[in-house]
Amino acid sequence: MNSSPARTLGMRTILVLVFAFLYIPIAVLVALSFNAGGLPTAWSGFSLKWYASLAGNAAILQAALNTLIVALVSTAIATLLGTLLAIGVEMRRQYGKGLEALIFAPMIIPDIVLAIALLSFFSMLNLTMGLHTIILAHVVFNLAFVCSVVRARLKSFDWSIVEASADLGASAITTFRRVTLPVILPAVIAGALLAFTLSVDEFIIAFFTAGAGRASTTLPMQIYAMIRFGITPEINALATIVMAVSVTALTLSQRLNRGVIGQ
Amino acid sequence: MRFAIVSPTRLRSSLLMAPALAWLTALMVVPCALVLALAFFRRGIYGGIEYTFTLENFGLVFDPLYAGIFLNSARIAGTATLIAVVTGYAAAYAISAAPRRLQPVFLFFAVLPFWSNYLIRTYAWIVLLNREGLITQLLRWFGYTGETPSMLYTEGAVIAGLVYNYLPFVILACYAPLSRLNPELAEASRDLGASALTTFRRVILPLTVPGIAAGAVFVFVLSIGNFVTPALLGGGRFQMIGNLVYDQFLTANDWPFGAALAMALIAIMLLVLMTQALLADRAAGRAAEAKGDADG
Repeated sequence: MNSSPARTLGMRTILVLVFAFLYIPIAVLVALSFNAGGLPTAWSGFSLKWYASLAGNAAILQAALNTLIVALVSTAIATLLGTLLAIGVEMRRQYGKGLEALIFAPMIIPDIVLAIALLSFFSMLNLTMGLHTIILAHVVFNLAFVCSVVRARLKSFDWSIVEASADLGASAITTFRRVTLPVILPAVIAGALLAFTLSVDEFIIAFFTAGAGRASTTLPMQIYAMIRFGITPEINALATIVMAVSVTALTLSQRLNRGVIGQ
Repeated sequence: MRFAIVSPTRLRSSLLMAPALAWLTALMVVPCALVLALAFFRRGIYGGIEYTFTLENFGLVFDPLYAGIFLNSARIAGTATLIAVVTGYAAAYAISAAPRRLQPVFLFFAVLPFWSNYLIRTYAWIVLLNREGLITQLLRWFGYTGETPSMLYTEGAVIAGLVYNYLPFVILACYAPLSRLNPELAEASRDLGASALTTFRRVILPLTVPGIAAGAVFVFVLSIGNFVTPALLGGGRFQMIGNLVYDQFLTANDWPFGAALAMALIAIMLLVLMTQALLADRAAGRAAEAKGDADG
């Protein structure tokens, strides 16, 4: 490509502007979480008091615990089911478009539609809603994401080594444990981390399937309620922590996946 | 062959897929079918559901009041899509023009915000746009003393929030075809005397349409069904389809109408996806043609 100075300058300007647009709002939000003043926007000195006040807020701690339970349980179930699904799909030489669509659907269906569908379904079954119904719902999209990450890894998998292992007398379980699993493990962990983050951040479906009462409030629901009430530095502090957790999990997931590609 | 005994691989594959497919069927397919069915029932007098068949709910979707909200949503989502696609394409282009070793880094940081909490990213705009926010502070700092215009709770704020939230995906979608582009095609075009603009318009742009279409569909579909951004940045003053569905289920208690609205949303989404598939097919045809020309 031609690389005249004017063109290079133009490209750099675009990058600077776009990254400024993407990161300034987050940077301001994070900076103000360390603001001593009660006003959420005007800077008046460094302080950690909003983080301290979070630690003393029982509602937020309960919400954080609920979120952790939902994310851990739904990730565990989704990782198991999603991985098995990925192996099952990829070991077939051909599969129908219907199967492909069914696996793909949870990733593209609008949240609000799945949310009202599950709300209608659970209330028609007269099921008392709570953390367990949020978990049931989160597994739906989590397993689709785990499956797609593991499938990507299996695309380059040589199935003849599975046959070789079987021919050499290994049982199906031994073959899985000694041959298939070591190959897909980084992708499985990457998928699990992705699922965990998606579950921690998910708001709409949790909001509709949590049922009445505050007992099953998750962190995003708590944040939504706080934002509707008004801006406080406490939200900034909470937001900073949640973002730090997501970013850490996803950077890890990305690294593992890069490791996969690099092999 | 049709009556052949099921092969062991196929059987094993089915067993492996069974738990996940059962989960998806029970908790996605059945509930969605239920919503579809719900849309054909009548709302009960006390907010429940009366099990008599009706097409009223779908008729109501086309009622001027609600059709207006649909058009309004389409306009807001369309504007956000246009801005996100132009900005995202420019960003992806700039990334693909950067040195090879830096490209994955730029891409990673472009997508990173997308993986943080949606509510938080939206909240960040409340912090920026409110009356005492950064933008107002900056205006004051530059000596502006008058009444600052309210930027929050406007249509512009809703559009800014949508663009901000979905831009990373557009960058990702546009980067894929741009990075695969054969530089020789652009060179050939220039050698044949085409200007940079013509080369872009006639060679680069047509070959990268699939990425643009994928990005555009994503932004449009997620924007038109959104209810968080209009609720938080529009202050409830800008109803979009998502908010309407939300209201029918959680406040108005008219589930059949809410279900009909959700089905209309799905219909719009499918329509948009089909258009994208069509565009992608045509672009693939063009790419094959261009490749044939280059090879021949």
